Amino acid sequence: MSFAEHLPVLQVVVPLVSAPLAVLFRDRLAAFLLVLAGSWAAFAISILLWLQVRESGIISYAIGSWPAPWGIEYRVDALSSLVLMLVSGVGAVVLPYCRSSIVREIRPDTHYLFYAMFALCLTGLLGITITGDAFNLFVFLEISSLSSYVLIALGKDRRALVASYQYLIMGTIGATFIVIGVGLLYVKTGTLNLADMGVRLQDMTSHRPVLAALAFLTVGISLKLALFPLHQWLPNAYAYAPSAVSAFLAATATKVSVYALLRFYFSVFGETAIFKQLPMEDLMLVLALAGMFVASTVAIFQNNLKRLFAYSSVAQIGYIALGISFDSVTGLTATIVHLVNHAVTKGSLFLLLGAVMASMGGVTLARVQGVGRVMPVTTFGIVLCGLSLIGVPGTAGFVSKWYLILAALEKGQWWLVFLIVLSSLLAVVYVWRFVEAAYFRAPRADLLQAREASLGLAIPAWILVGATIWFGVDTSVTVGSAAAAANMLLGVTP
Amino acid sequence: MRNDMVLRVVGKLLIPFILMFALYVQFHGDFGPGGGFQAGTIVAAAIIFYAIIYGLNTARRVLPDWVVESMIAIGVLLYIGVGFAGLLLGGNFLDYFVLDSDPVVGQHRGIFWIELGVAITVFGVLLKIFYLFARRGPN
Repeated sequence: MSFAEHLPVLQVVVPLVSAPLAVLFRDRLAAFLLVLAGSWAAFAISILLWLQVRESGIISYAIGSWPAPWGIEYRVDALSSLVLMLVSGVGAVVLPYCRSSIVREIRPDTHYLFYAMFALCLTGLLGITITGDAFNLFVFLEISSLSSYVLIALGKDRRALVASYQYLIMGTIGATFIVIGVGLLYVKTGTLNLADMGVRLQDMTSHRPVLAALAFLTVGISLKLALFPLHQWLPNAYAYAPSAVSAFLAATATKVSVYALLRFYFSVFGETAIFKQLPMEDLMLVLALAGMFVASTVAIFQNNLKRLFAYSSVAQIGYIALGISFDSVTGLTATIVHLVNHAVTKGSLFLLLGAVMASMGGVTLARVQGVGRVMPVTTFGIVLCGLSLIGVPGTAGFVSKWYLILAALEKGQWWLVFLIVLSSLLAVVYVWRFVEAAYFRAPRADLLQAREASLGLAIPAWILVGATIWFGVDTSVTVGSAAAAANMLLGVTP
Repeated sequence: MRNDMVLRVVGKLLIPFILMFALYVQFHGDFGPGGGFQAGTIVAAAIIFYAIIYGLNTARRVLPDWVVESMIAIGVLLYIGVGFAGLLLGGNFLDYFVLDSDPVVGQHRGIFWIELGVAITVFGVLLKIFYLFARRGPN
């Protein structure tokens, strides 16, 4: 048995094993160590896979030794290896944070179950990314969704239950639509393998069911990725979930759904005449712009910082969709780069907000007044992430906006450049609201004693803040991989 | 309902047969309708039946919460274990062909253990759900 050739399956199975083991031990520390080991191992495996893909191209793995179009295939290519690295990397950073964070937010006797759920969620997200089988994708989507409903419902605030229920309903509708779409495609093509499906759809003459499949998949996945106006579940879910969960989901869940959308659009439908029949590009463009402006405007009027940045996430999803709408290599590069950059930025932002929550007892704008004086380091971190959301040079956000603007110019759409910059100004406004409260107001009398959060919270948060800055300066990993993935999706050889 | 003679007698008579039927569904899953999921559901139904007649606390003495929770985990681990057995014997993950020198026997052997894992987990999960809901009292 050669270890290297089984890496694709180990990527999913290693975090999966840690979940039942955590339940079996029924002990907080043991569960934490097991899931920590699982997630770190997953991160290591994803790096190895990324290197392997860069060396020798696509890796295909046949589960149960049943060959590809019949059995379930795990397929690692330029795009999935990048997303795998992102998801498992964020998981590996957030998990140590959980230990210090959930002590305050979740009943201690259920901690081992929390870790098991976290491991399952990670497994599901990695599975969606690595699988090359449409139905397998749906199953992993359900694993990650069901576990994320539980994780959100664990929030200390009672509203977490309602938020989780809302997400459950919307998520289930989304998943149902996805499985209807997959079912229709299966009826028409007789295959569940995504790559095979793409080939068979090319000479499809009867269009109606395939068009319906495309529509169902688009709506279903858009619900999952919170594309405006299907984002209603997101703000509450992020706002009331435990801090660590907010950070993990904000950084990974919607991003993996974007990955699924890219996979269906470009690997399955991309080469077909059917895809060109629908005005998908215009649709994406309109929804992306609406999301960028409406969600950013709503964010400006929020008083809870977690909700504020959750709305900002919806706006950022708009940028990601905007890149898809260009249907060009530069546009997709922008999408994929922003997928990574925004994940890192939002992940670190929610981790830092969790630290503020731990010290100040809440994250409403009224409560965090003067936080810049009592927690200067954490506040500085939040400002750095805010700059990345705006897209200031030197941060990750700048790189993605730069590529978006390049893609718009490539298409000769000057007005879009103007709109991208204008929506960034809205980001300036909502970030400024935090800066004003944090630096220009005096802290509340009862919070003068608040101190910087413990190192257990600070170190993971600052690792991601560091990544936010790093990806703004050195873009070889992010842009390099994204460009390779975009070329692969559009079938262009660079 | 502990005091109802008819229910108690019928329950005592039926439960062994329900369990037996579950085993039939479990082991006949290779050749006909059935398998681990259905068998696990039937076993859980038997225990839930028992709990309704003899009371939740009696049922929880027979199958304590920690046993139920562990079964959820053990079933999944058994499933993954079969996957790793395939790996260790030189095949891919979940490769049943290598589980025996005769590939067909290997397939049978693989699906046997997989279905057993499924049955254990389904049984555990359903019973856990029942316990959780049944425990919610007015207090």
